[in-house]
Amino acid sequence: MMGSIQHRSAGVWHRTRSWFWGLLIVIVYVWGIFGINFSKIQSSAGAVTKAVLMGIIHPDWHYVYQGNGEDLVSVMLQTLAIAFVGTIISARISIPFAFWAAKRRRHHFSVLSTSGRIVLAVVRTFPEIVLAIMFIKAVGPGAFAGVLALGVHSVGMLGKLFAESIEAIDAGPGESILSVGGNAVNGLVFATLPQVLPAFASYSLYRFEISVRSATILGMVGAGGVGTPLLFAIQTRSWNRVGIILIGIIITVTIIDYLSGWLRKQLG
Amino acid sequence: MTKPELKPVIDVQHVSKIYDNGTSGLSDINLQVKPGEFVVIVGLSGAGKSTLMRSLNRLHQVTEGHVLIDGRSITEAKGRNLRQLRRDVAMIFQNFNLVKQSTVLRNVLAGRLGYYPTWQSSLGLFKEADKQRAYKALERVNLLDKVYQRVDQLSGGQQQRVAVARAFVQDPKIVLADEPTASLDPKTAHLVMNDLKSMNQELGKTVVANLHSVALAKEYATRIIGLRAGRIVYDESIQNVTDADLADIYNGDSSVGERQ
Amino acid sequence: MKLPKQTIVQRFHIRFFGSLIILLGLLIASNNFLKLDFSALVQNFDQFLALFKEMMHPDWKSAPFVVQPMLETIQMALIGTTLGTLLAIPAAIVAARNVVTNKWITGFVRIIFNMIRTLPDLLLAALFVAIVGIGPYAGVLTLTIFSFGMITKLFYECIETIDNGPLEAILATGGKRSAMVMFAILPQVSSRFISYILYTFEINVRASTVLGYLGAGGIGQQLQTSLSQFRYDQTAVIILAILIVVLAIDGLSNFARERLQ
Repeated sequence: MMGSIQHRSAGVWHRTRSWFWGLLIVIVYVWGIFGINFSKIQSSAGAVTKAVLMGIIHPDWHYVYQGNGEDLVSVMLQTLAIAFVGTIISARISIPFAFWAAKRRRHHFSVLSTSGRIVLAVVRTFPEIVLAIMFIKAVGPGAFAGVLALGVHSVGMLGKLFAESIEAIDAGPGESILSVGGNAVNGLVFATLPQVLPAFASYSLYRFEISVRSATILGMVGAGGVGTPLLFAIQTRSWNRVGIILIGIIITVTIIDYLSGWLRKQLG
Repeated sequence: MTKPELKPVIDVQHVSKIYDNGTSGLSDINLQVKPGEFVVIVGLSGAGKSTLMRSLNRLHQVTEGHVLIDGRSITEAKGRNLRQLRRDVAMIFQNFNLVKQSTVLRNVLAGRLGYYPTWQSSLGLFKEADKQRAYKALERVNLLDKVYQRVDQLSGGQQQRVAVARAFVQDPKIVLADEPTASLDPKTAHLVMNDLKSMNQELGKTVVANLHSVALAKEYATRIIGLRAGRIVYDESIQNVTDADLADIYNGDSSVGERQ
Repeated sequence: MKLPKQTIVQRFHIRFFGSLIILLGLLIASNNFLKLDFSALVQNFDQFLALFKEMMHPDWKSAPFVVQPMLETIQMALIGTTLGTLLAIPAAIVAARNVVTNKWITGFVRIIFNMIRTLPDLLLAALFVAIVGIGPYAGVLTLTIFSFGMITKLFYECIETIDNGPLEAILATGGKRSAMVMFAILPQVSSRFISYILYTFEINVRASTVLGYLGAGGIGQQLQTSLSQFRYDQTAVIILAILIVVLAIDGLSNFARERLQ
């Protein structure tokens, strides 16, 4: 008897809980769909879509190489260079941040590492394009602002990943360095770094893949790379130009992803 | 045989260890080890064997008492003095504690770290004499052919023997071995124990080892110490040790030792 | 004593130094190509700091005007994630090799999905603003495509890890493929799917905060206005609002994902 009563009450509770969540989700969706103030879609939408697709099918092949430093190959190379230098800078900055944010003992609260984590979370959330605009104020429009924006923004993610790999290392080798009479620097050089550097390199490559994507859009705010000519082509409705740039981005990013993935496998 | 007039190389005086969470690891340990002894510590897991071992080179901080290494207190030493004392005490670990991503040679050379200024070792500028020392140590443990390989390509037994080679080049007075054979199969366990034995007999190093296996303890020890619940309950030269004594250390129901 | 022979690669640490030299070479080449002028950064750093100082004094009076666009941002992310998911479920089933055994079909659709995933969010936003005009429509479409690319991959990789036993059982009893999907696949993957959807929602909230910069609705519009009017005190309020919302959504979503497991 007791058992069946308990069973029933648990069932009722379970059912109310499901109802509660279901209702909550419905409310959220009603709010989301009816709350949003959809303006009218512009009447030319159909025609523009067609034009964009036509542009991709008939891309402006002349733009690929013109030898004037303004062509697709040049701006794509510039995009890659921005992502590359930005990643190197951020990897370098991330190392001390990672040691700051890494917990020394598992499941142990520490003010030091928590503060490091918060700083990294804020950096990660600070929008990249706002950083780019801030750096444009300082160094003027162009690739350098893009490099700096990526270099700073990526620290948020790389610092976190690096910190996690520091936390994951085996404490044993460090202990053995102490036991032979080594000091803290010896421990870092002979035990910690050999364990974390492969992971650092692998995460940096991964971040490079993401940074290449970011670098393609930083130009839209004036921070160098393919984004500037792309936005210009969209605004002047040169859809053939847009088409070739899209193709260029898709091919470049695909190749970079593939190469980087292969390199990361070598490291692993 | 140990001669009574020799000064102890390890002198543990009234050592107690209470962990942060309040549990007691060691209580009032008194122990003298003379140069050239091969001491094996036996006891159940949790009896405090590892804690005692790690107190000897101060990987663990003791709560009370002193540990003297060759007459100098390691429990009070700081900075450079502590590191110099540790240089005289090599340690071999159950999990080998090698840097798996580095080469065998680099792991063995790490045994010389205590002899170098930091900048020099950090740049990897080890003297030729020390490299020769490392090769010789690897030859002793039969791994010279693996010298340039990464440690993670070696088997567990080979890794432990690399750790032994590291202890060789450290040129210590004392070798501590904390469950050196617990992760190894019986055959490799013997190889590693033979390495320790040759360090003890040919090079005159004092060896203190924790062992789980009673058979290995009887085979290699010159003296056996029994530990139970953080206290020394048994301490005899090997010729006085009987199987019944050993069984008592593990079973806990005994008249031996100084139970309170 | 006989030392083993060291290969040249081992002797001179070719792999390590080789990578280092390639890395340095690429760095110098990139540096020359981009004509980076690090002295400009040092010289103009006071301007950067001045801007930063202005942002340190947020214009709290503008805070109420941030609320409505911020809510629109979340709504865009919600609808975009949902539409992306609805499209992703059939797409993932077609791309999963244990459901569709024809390698040509899975290979072809995967190439298409990979291509979609190479396009970053703001690029899609710029395109959709040109197509449908300024406003949240463009943002929702952007996030739909963006999350479609991400979720499809997570989903088909997830489907491929499931236990194939029930699949074969249904086919063996003469069941149709649609029955296989309904009764053998979805029950096995649903909790992981929800976890991925929440994860994508987190990323979409982050992305949707800046889409408005190009006119695709949400808080990004205000961000663009404040920056173009040099009202960095207002920019600061918007960024703070983004920080709070993004971190709160991350926290909630993380909590929900942990409860799911």
